[in-house]
Amino acid sequence: MGIDSPKRYNEVARRLWALIIKESLQIIRDPSSILISVVLPLILLFLYGFGVSLDIKHLRIGVVMEETSPEACHLVDALIASPYLDVTVVQDRREIMHEITKGGVRGFVVIPSYFSQWGWQRGRDRIPLQLIADGSEPNTAHFVESYVGATVAHWEREERDQRALPAMREGKALSPPPVKVTLDPRYWYNEELESQFFLLSGSLAIVMTLIGTLLTALVVAREWERGTMEMMLSTPVGVFELILGKLLPYFVLGMGSMGLCTAICLLGFHLPFRGSFLMLTTLSTVFLFCALSFGLLISILSKNQVIAYQISVVVGFLPAYILSGFLFEISSMPLIIQWFTLLFPAKYFVQSLQALFLVGTVWPLLLSNILSMMIIGTFLFTLSVFKMSKRLD
Amino acid sequence: MMKSRLFSLIWKEFLAVLRDRRIRVALFLPPVAQLLLYAFAATLDVKSISIGILNRDHGERGFELIERFRGASSLFTRVTPLESLEALEKFIDNQEGSAALFIDEPFSRQIDRGESPSVQLILDGRKSNTTQIIAGYIQRLIDQFNSDLSAHAVIEHNPPTLLLLRNWYNPNLTYYWFTIPSLVGTLSMLTCLIITSQSIARERELGTFDQLLVSPLRPIEILVGKTVPGIVIGTFQGFFMMTVGVLLFHVPFTGSLFLFFSSLVLFVLSISGVGLFISSLSRTQQQAMLGTFVFMMPSVLLSGFATPIENMPHWLQFFTCCIPLKYMLIISKGLFLKTMPFSLVLQNMWPIAIIAAFNLAGAHLFFKRGLS
Repeated sequence: MGIDSPKRYNEVARRLWALIIKESLQIIRDPSSILISVVLPLILLFLYGFGVSLDIKHLRIGVVMEETSPEACHLVDALIASPYLDVTVVQDRREIMHEITKGGVRGFVVIPSYFSQWGWQRGRDRIPLQLIADGSEPNTAHFVESYVGATVAHWEREERDQRALPAMREGKALSPPPVKVTLDPRYWYNEELESQFFLLSGSLAIVMTLIGTLLTALVVAREWERGTMEMMLSTPVGVFELILGKLLPYFVLGMGSMGLCTAICLLGFHLPFRGSFLMLTTLSTVFLFCALSFGLLISILSKNQVIAYQISVVVGFLPAYILSGFLFEISSMPLIIQWFTLLFPAKYFVQSLQALFLVGTVWPLLLSNILSMMIIGTFLFTLSVFKMSKRLD
Repeated sequence: MMKSRLFSLIWKEFLAVLRDRRIRVALFLPPVAQLLLYAFAATLDVKSISIGILNRDHGERGFELIERFRGASSLFTRVTPLESLEALEKFIDNQEGSAALFIDEPFSRQIDRGESPSVQLILDGRKSNTTQIIAGYIQRLIDQFNSDLSAHAVIEHNPPTLLLLRNWYNPNLTYYWFTIPSLVGTLSMLTCLIITSQSIARERELGTFDQLLVSPLRPIEILVGKTVPGIVIGTFQGFFMMTVGVLLFHVPFTGSLFLFFSSLVLFVLSISGVGLFISSLSRTQQQAMLGTFVFMMPSVLLSGFATPIENMPHWLQFFTCCIPLKYMLIISKGLFLKTMPFSLVLQNMWPIAIIAAFNLAGAHLFFKRGLS
């Protein structure tokens, strides 16, 4: 495909343009393209914006009151008063055991029958309070521990202050409190601890993977299946032009969808955006390049729609969902899988998106991510051009 | 006569699914890949934390505190000393670690004078779930530090209660004990849905569907023939996953096997109704696949598999009632971990039965209408 004269160049441009027009018409006429690029992102954003949340606002717990003394009632009142807990009070342990098997409560506290008799005198042992959490929901179980623990600690402090009051009136001085280091946690970039903020920004990467990889793989695989791709290859159109003509319309579609999703995130879900839009565009371009090349490669290798679909779900969608650090923490994974995550562009994109939305333009992080995505993208693109050219022989 | 006709149709459908080696691979590879990925990678646990420490206090107490972090090296796998506030900011921004401890200058002096100092913990809000758990771990470490500091102090100041935590059903909160039972439902749903939704769409695309229609087979027979392979393979896959979970991953199975089997079959039946519905709506295989995807996504995300249902807003929680996977996950987790009794399984089975009846009747109606 030597381009040696302006005339020849014009011819290439004309052919490319014709290909792009043809492909664009196909996108517009095919309902499934619109479904993937407009309807699916909307559904996904809706689900991630409302449905997927790691924030536990109402943790349902039970309290077994084996004793109804004033002290026990105070503790129960403190638990009920907590805005994070939905408390069910019962008298008998058996009632709550049914509930926890059912999933009606995620844990329960047992206030023992000797709770008030134990007394608050000096030198006595501490009163054992049993806390049972439902381990079948491990993440929620962590929160049962920390929320109930914090509420009980708060109650203890108030209770002690109240008990100290009469002693102070009588003029008895208490011994000085022991030295205690307090931990003062600050959550940067997301003070209200909204998991939606990072889930939504990360979900943009999933939407882009769907359009870039799944849609492209399906559409191009259909052409292989029907033999229209071979027909195109027998025309004077070069392999490079053909690929470009295929990918450019999907690139535009992907960027349009990205713009739509970003707008919904910012205007609909009030996500903060602290980076620059130029950077967002650059990142999306590079990521889309990877995703499109990947989709193309899958279609060339499979030549069959069902298989192309399955492969793009397994190596495109699932890694974008599980291995990208979007929902699951990469550093908690086994080391081999941590290495494995480096191969998937989604990881870099999710990290960059979360930084751009919540932190700002963090240059070292973003640049290294762009570079990694470029390397992966170039590799995939070269491989698909190579694979496609080989088919010609 | 009718029996043998139906039987040969079912046999033909099985062959259509299983004959092509590549389709075989495509059917069984994704579930296996998902099982491995989910079991090993998908964890909300927090392990191997990388923490940065900016120590402006050069006294003994500060070093003592840092040594405790270094001592807990199974949890805090990397402790990075930071030189300045700027370095701390960079450390967090570039995600070299998700937490940084800031010990200010008068730390040791304050302790020695009998005052109570505070240390600041900076956490990365980009991962608020992870960092909340990290903050919990660090709080425990500081509590230990405190109780060692005040070992000689008067007992009256000890908190009067002692919270004894037990995690039932999953004492160590092993995350894949949650994931694998859930995957049994999710993956059998995926397989059944793909097979059923593809069956009619493929014939329609290839044009062989009309041939099937002019054969002596009645519509209901065609429908049964199209659903049986999906149901059988889907149930088989669910059982296979269960076996792998129990034998390979040693997830305990405490409930009744019979209940598990019957709810799995009922569940797959309800899903095959959805598959047929998608199949009769789509003209091409591609549309059928996208339809599958559009159904799968909300099902999985809203079923309680991705994140707990109780975290969702109320109106959405109400909507989750029509997702069969939700009930299947409760049953599966219940039978694996909680020794769920018959009455509770039944409570979650009847909604699936209603959905199944509705879906299958709807698919049948749709199918008949499509014929005329």
